Amino acid sequence: MSYTLQFGQVTPYLGYLAGGAWLALQLAAIAFVLGWAIGLGCASTLHYGPRWARWPIRAYVVFFLNTPLLVQIFFLYFALPDWGILLGSFQAVVLGMSLNAGAYLTEIQRAGFNSIRQAEVEAAETLGFTRVQSIRYVVLPHILKVLFPPLSNQYIILTMTTSIAAIFGVEELTGRTYNINAQTFRSLEIFSIAALYYVVLTLIASAALYAVGRYFFRIKRSPF
Amino acid sequence: MAALIEEAGRFYSYYNLIYLGKAFLFTILLSFAGCGIGFVLGAGLAVMRHPRIVSFAPLRWFALLYVELFRRIPFLVLLMVVFFAFQLAGADVTMFTVAATTVALSASAFSAENVRAGLESIHPNQWDAAEAMNMGGLTALRRVVLPQSWRVIIPPSMTYSVGLVKATSIASQIGVLELTYAAKILNQKGFSAALCFGTILVLYFCLCYPLNLFATSLEKRLAPSRNR
Amino acid sequence: MPHLAIDNLNADYGATPILRDVDLSVERGEIVAIIGPSGSGKSTLLRVLTGLLKPRSGRVEIAGEVVNYTSAAALRKVRDRFAIVFQQYNLFQNMTALRNVTIAPTIVKKRNAAEVEREARALLEKVGLSHRIDAYPDEMSGGQQQRVAIARALALKPEILLLDEVTSALDPELVAEVLDTIRTLASEGMTMLIVSHEMAFVREVATKVVFMADGRIVEVGPPAQIFDAPQTERCAEFVRRILRH
Repeated sequence: MSYTLQFGQVTPYLGYLAGGAWLALQLAAIAFVLGWAIGLGCASTLHYGPRWARWPIRAYVVFFLNTPLLVQIFFLYFALPDWGILLGSFQAVVLGMSLNAGAYLTEIQRAGFNSIRQAEVEAAETLGFTRVQSIRYVVLPHILKVLFPPLSNQYIILTMTTSIAAIFGVEELTGRTYNINAQTFRSLEIFSIAALYYVVLTLIASAALYAVGRYFFRIKRSPF
Repeated sequence: MAALIEEAGRFYSYYNLIYLGKAFLFTILLSFAGCGIGFVLGAGLAVMRHPRIVSFAPLRWFALLYVELFRRIPFLVLLMVVFFAFQLAGADVTMFTVAATTVALSASAFSAENVRAGLESIHPNQWDAAEAMNMGGLTALRRVVLPQSWRVIIPPSMTYSVGLVKATSIASQIGVLELTYAAKILNQKGFSAALCFGTILVLYFCLCYPLNLFATSLEKRLAPSRNR
Repeated sequence: MPHLAIDNLNADYGATPILRDVDLSVERGEIVAIIGPSGSGKSTLLRVLTGLLKPRSGRVEIAGEVVNYTSAAALRKVRDRFAIVFQQYNLFQNMTALRNVTIAPTIVKKRNAAEVEREARALLEKVGLSHRIDAYPDEMSGGQQQRVAIARALALKPEILLLDEVTSALDPELVAEVLDTIRTLASEGMTMLIVSHEMAFVREVATKVVFMADGRIVEVGPPAQIFDAPQTERCAEFVRRILRH
């Protein structure tokens, strides 16, 4: 059997694949925003909330951090219907990714809260800042600067994670790659191209986030 | 709920437990073989990328390119690339080998970053002193820099290997018998999804949680004092 | 024939020139002190001599032999003849005092381990640290660490010893013990180049003082000339400012 690499056959699909990449970015963005909201809620409850609310949050975080996302989504998609909760594949993927991201983002944002320097808050108070002013001018800028690098890192990871959606038939980048493969049987070519798409996609995202971090938070460390 | 408890009796049969146990072992084996090989590769890449050791710039660029490529490809896509690459090469390998290769490639890129961070945590004056005493780059690495950088390298590598244990679940896509694949098979045999996937979620947890705890405690214990 | 002859030496850091047309001649057994404001290129000169920084142009001769900084093999020969002690001691943090002293002779020069250890113990005794042989750097004071670093440099049996602001990082009360060690070496006839801010010490031990500014040697002379009757305005001003303290 002689199989030679023929990229010519897959070039007509490059645009279709780019559409998948766009969907992957959107999926990552949705999961990130939902996960961020979950994480912010959980982290602030851990930091400021009542004691009784802490252990269910810890259990949630620890459980989601220590089990695979794929199996979490399998559970949501296949097991929840037993209890009458029917999720579409896209919904199951988004819910799974958000819950999973939420656990990571809880950890990250908790670290952010912990990094607030009490001395700075006190300094602001002695200067006559109101509570709102000290949060606006002292606490928030500091937290954002501390959180920005791990948050951007998480977004990059999420972008790569979206490929799992293909397993549930979502036609994002990897899903469309499967489709093209089924039509052309140019497997190695199309999957290599998909791999390159992810590399370029995350490189662009890294570069953009780096630029934002440098401009707004004076973060010098390069992500590369 | 009652139906689930009633079904559990049949689900946790001798045969199924053996099957799950075997799958559990394969998950462990896959993770450890892949991480082990990947770590060695990654350490080599980090060394190749270090200007105090390798003065030949193209070699450093190659290492940089390798790392940036492989740490930006999702596990599932990399798995398919490796799968089809083996197929194209005409190599008759098991699906386990395909999956282990994927884990190793992915781990090598991330380990290279961890090891690099470890090497960079050592003050350049240690390299200066070694160089002034006529030690070569590799000697300085082995005798002076590595012994000091383990404490920075190991905790994140442990944490990262937990991530890889979780990623091995994706190997179920090409039919490697590991936990996730076993759960899918049992599910197809008619056992309820809640039992199948719930059980392996617990098993994954039992594997990952202690590893993560160990990584955290190592991190605290190895936290570098100001000097040594 | 001078022990060390530096002729028209130039070096850059990136695009910025940091050594310009440096000429210096050092006789065997001479103790040359290099003084000058920070950023004047004093430490750079020592780094260039040991090959930690490549010179752009110029010539260095040791005992009439031209030093070649271009190839790795030639560089190894250079480093056999110089030993350097750094401002921040740069002791290997993962090794005891004894191991710091023995590692280069055993690993790099492949000498007999027992013999090297005997010499190392003698050197550590000489710098007054025989009781700290098994201590790690972070268990020692700065002064002790710096004395280990001097013993480590001497273990390589260099022809010329380079001391780069060896007391600058030390607490004032620890400076004396390090200076005492250097004084002992000076009395034994070791050729030394010392970059230092300890003017009283320089005046006492140096046979020749070099004043540098902006990467150039501005004035060279015996301590009496530099400190009491400097010939150049820049040197006079520097000395005036330093001695006022």
